Amino acid sequence: MKILNCPLNGPRNITEFVSFGPVHRGFDHAATSDAEWIHYLFHIENTAGVIQEWWRHTPSNYFFIAERNTVTDEIIATYGAEELAARSKVML
Amino acid sequence: MNARLPEPFGSRIDRSQALTFTFEGKAFSGYEGDTIASALMASGHWMLSRSFKYHRPRGVLTMAGQDANALVQVAAEPNVLGDVYRLQPGLTASAQNVSGSLAFDRDAILDKLGRFMPVGFYYRTFYGPGKQAWLRLWEPLIRKKAGLGRVDPALPRQRYEKHNRFCDALVVGGGPAGLSAALAAADAGASVLLVDENPVLGGSLTYARFACGPAATSALLTDLVQKASRHPRIDVLVDAVANGWFADNWVPVITANRLYKVRAREVILCTGSLDQPVAFRNNDLPGIMLGSAVQRLMRHYAVFPGRRAVVYAGNRDGYRVALDLHEAGITVAGVVDPRSRQQHPELARAVTAAGIPLHLGFQISEAAGTARNMHVKAVKLVNGAGAAEWIDCDLVAVSSVYTPTYQLALQAGAKLGYDDDSAQFTLSGLPPHMAAAGSVAGCFALEAVLASGRQAAGAAVRALGLAADPVTLPDDDERDLSSFELPLRAHPEGRDFVDFDEDLQIKDIENAVKSGYSELELVKRFSTVGMGPSQGRHSALATARVVARATGRTVADIGVTTSRPPFGPEKLGVLAGLQQSRFRHTSVHDRHVAAGAKMTPVGAWWRPLYYGSDADRDACVTAEVEAVRQRAGILDVSTLGKLELRGPDAGRLLDRFCSMNYLKQPVGKVRYCLTLNEMGSVIDDGVAFRMRDDLYYVTATTGGIDQIYAKMCWHNVQWGLDVDILNVTAGFAAFNLTGPGARKVLEKLGGIDVSAEAFPFLEGREGMIGACPVRIMRIGYSGELSFEIHTPQSYGAALWDSILAAGREFALIPYGLEASRVLRLEKGHIIIGQDTDAVSTADELGMTWALAMKKPFFIGKRSVELMRRLPLKRKLVGFELPEGARQTPDESCLVLANDEPVGHVTSTCYSPTLGKWIGLAFVAAPLADVGANMVIKSRKGHEIVARIVSPHFYDPDNKRQEI
Repeated sequence: MKILNCPLNGPRNITEFVSFGPVHRGFDHAATSDAEWIHYLFHIENTAGVIQEWWRHTPSNYFFIAERNTVTDEIIATYGAEELAARSKVML
Repeated sequence: MNARLPEPFGSRIDRSQALTFTFEGKAFSGYEGDTIASALMASGHWMLSRSFKYHRPRGVLTMAGQDANALVQVAAEPNVLGDVYRLQPGLTASAQNVSGSLAFDRDAILDKLGRFMPVGFYYRTFYGPGKQAWLRLWEPLIRKKAGLGRVDPALPRQRYEKHNRFCDALVVGGGPAGLSAALAAADAGASVLLVDENPVLGGSLTYARFACGPAATSALLTDLVQKASRHPRIDVLVDAVANGWFADNWVPVITANRLYKVRAREVILCTGSLDQPVAFRNNDLPGIMLGSAVQRLMRHYAVFPGRRAVVYAGNRDGYRVALDLHEAGITVAGVVDPRSRQQHPELARAVTAAGIPLHLGFQISEAAGTARNMHVKAVKLVNGAGAAEWIDCDLVAVSSVYTPTYQLALQAGAKLGYDDDSAQFTLSGLPPHMAAAGSVAGCFALEAVLASGRQAAGAAVRALGLAADPVTLPDDDERDLSSFELPLRAHPEGRDFVDFDEDLQIKDIENAVKSGYSELELVKRFSTVGMGPSQGRHSALATARVVARATGRTVADIGVTTSRPPFGPEKLGVLAGLQQSRFRHTSVHDRHVAAGAKMTPVGAWWRPLYYGSDADRDACVTAEVEAVRQRAGILDVSTLGKLELRGPDAGRLLDRFCSMNYLKQPVGKVRYCLTLNEMGSVIDDGVAFRMRDDLYYVTATTGGIDQIYAKMCWHNVQWGLDVDILNVTAGFAAFNLTGPGARKVLEKLGGIDVSAEAFPFLEGREGMIGACPVRIMRIGYSGELSFEIHTPQSYGAALWDSILAAGREFALIPYGLEASRVLRLEKGHIIIGQDTDAVSTADELGMTWALAMKKPFFIGKRSVELMRRLPLKRKLVGFELPEGARQTPDESCLVLANDEPVGHVTSTCYSPTLGKWIGLAFVAAPLADVGANMVIKSRKGHEIVARIVSPHFYDPDNKRQEI
């Protein structure tokens, strides 16, 4: 069973966590075109490589970011959401 | 019982403790410490099973629990490994897969009918005779023939356990390499868990013959085992199988009925290697076994493996087996070495000196059996020059090829190669935090094996941040010639088995390739090679070599099929573990039970369905509905989700999360909460009571709260708002007091002014009822005057009791979920998840009023705007049946138009208040006009005509709930 290093609770079994999906670019909803919005809702990028993902440590309800290689399933780094802007790979 | 070998043979048996048991209905005896197979063989009984396809007699092959030949039924337990399963007094064992008895199996005729069962035959025949031949004739026949063992559905419950363990280093395998690695790692300061599948530590040291001789081997064994057993940092688990490798060194270790979930920082694999059988005609006869099996039989159990042996020696261990047999007093009729040149002159001299004939350059081409092939009686030797000779024997020991026990390493991502020089598979590319030592890592001479254990331990110890001296491996003079690649040519008459489990011969594998399956994974699926209980442990190498030759590729190219957990069979009970049920009770659970409630699970919660017996269900529900409509009722709604949002941005968070206006909501007011997802679908509902400027008390549905709480917290992190979200679901009990008499009950209790003027509809109040602190909201699901009263759960029972006592004079009764569902349907309130699905929008549900579209943002708003530019596809409508309708619909029945489905029923019931059947249904928007008729197809197939009406069946003007 995989271990995920929670920035708040340290290394824990992966069964204590739930993925909340890739980090998306923030939208100005009023300014987003229909096509962009539909793309965001229904098109899954399925990137091969390192992506940023939201994860939740269920027992403590702590949300944080994991950088994970979707090809090797290697978790490269985990950090709190407050570091997202500084370490972001997507335009926020 | 026949005589056994003298001590020190028989290290695992206690000759002072005789045991009796039965096999196939006959009484046998053995000693404490014997296995079923060793005791049977000591009594002269060699046959344990019939093979899967041809029902050929089979006996012990590995004596190590690695093959399917030894599978027997023990009482109610099928597929027990008879060669390692220890005897118990009075044990009852029987053969599996026989028709009649093991000795006289009616299905033995199948051995003669082999040509009608070519490889993969089950994929391509059985079309006839007649149309129904498969279902009527072949399928029942094959199902009966194909199983192994009997499952007893009446098997008594057993206790299975799971246990978490943590260690610095997990050493898998307690042979010389594992003992050496465990000691080195523990000496350096690591905590070590040493796991071995045998009942005692020692591995090959307990049975094999090494260059240093038996005395030195025995002294080494005692020394290593004593040190390991006494070491304060080594925990030993024997009779324990490390049955797989999962990410980050998570290894399930199974011993009897317990599963250890081991998390190791470092794993050291000392899993050894597997002695391989050799393919020749009739190589499966009882009495033909691996050299290591012969050694185990003698050393562990003091069993005479035969009286007249032939040893097939393709490596030096073959010569050693011959010397072991000779020293035990067993006649060795010949050593057959298929290599043309003498490779082990020293061992050859010892063999010759013992008077054993040596047949260099000869192969065994076939074996002959006694009557009905019950035992081997002779083998035929041939050489390249065409010479042939039969030798009589009752034992053939085969030592020629090893494969590393690579399963765990491959599961962890290591690569398997093939070394032509040593004719063996080799492992490389072990992942970080894993090391291998001993013969699995290609070390064979004892000094090299011990040093490789220390070396692997050193790597692990350094990864743990501890100090370790570097270890240099001594020259391994036994690595070369440890295996010999015998040519694999199909015998013209067949029965040269590659896979004993599945009765596959060399020609079967060749035919699979000829049928077009040239890739190994396809060969496996077509022929089933490697799919039996031994999972290819003895067939993988031979199959790879047959496929390599047939396709003109190298063995390294072919490799083995993907290695997946589990390594060995595991019981479902072990995986299930303790069967503990998890449930939640509200604070007044025992009050419901005492009042005779029929309880039902709702998620993890238990809730009252109605108060009364099953037989009176309908009458109970009707009476409860009537009580609420005419007098007063109380419903335990403690299971509702409850959140407290605190902080300056509490309103802002709720405003973004739910669809109505909450920023402008005055303190003391209660407002409906509708939650959408980004797609604009309705996912939950509840209410928000603004208790203070910076405090909202928010409810969610029983089933939705976990999701709502998680999503709210997640969005809060992204939006960066200054608010704390507290999930107080379990902290508060909640009761809905409803009905025209509800106010009178609360007035009697006193403490809070509940008059219509002081406490109007959709407002909330805090206060005390008696000694109970309460939060009361004037909301309800029933459509009557309602007060939803929340109190800390420790006050729940006291509050419930005092409300019921105060309500006695107003005929207040508790009511259950069934009545609540009727009441809400009469009022046209939806249940999220029943009247909605994954794509239901507020517009479809007729809840446009709940969307504050002028707000700059709420989750789902963007999608609602977009969808509103398209015509509405469907609508949730109310419907009713004419009075006295004889056919009635059920939930999920289809709505039809011109025989095409145009919707479905989501809720329906008989309304005792209105005296007719009512319901809610999704209907295609153009057909959903009030006043129109629609057709519902009942479960029995009747077409029911229903009239579409407003879903607010009862009190559409809301006069009753707002008084």
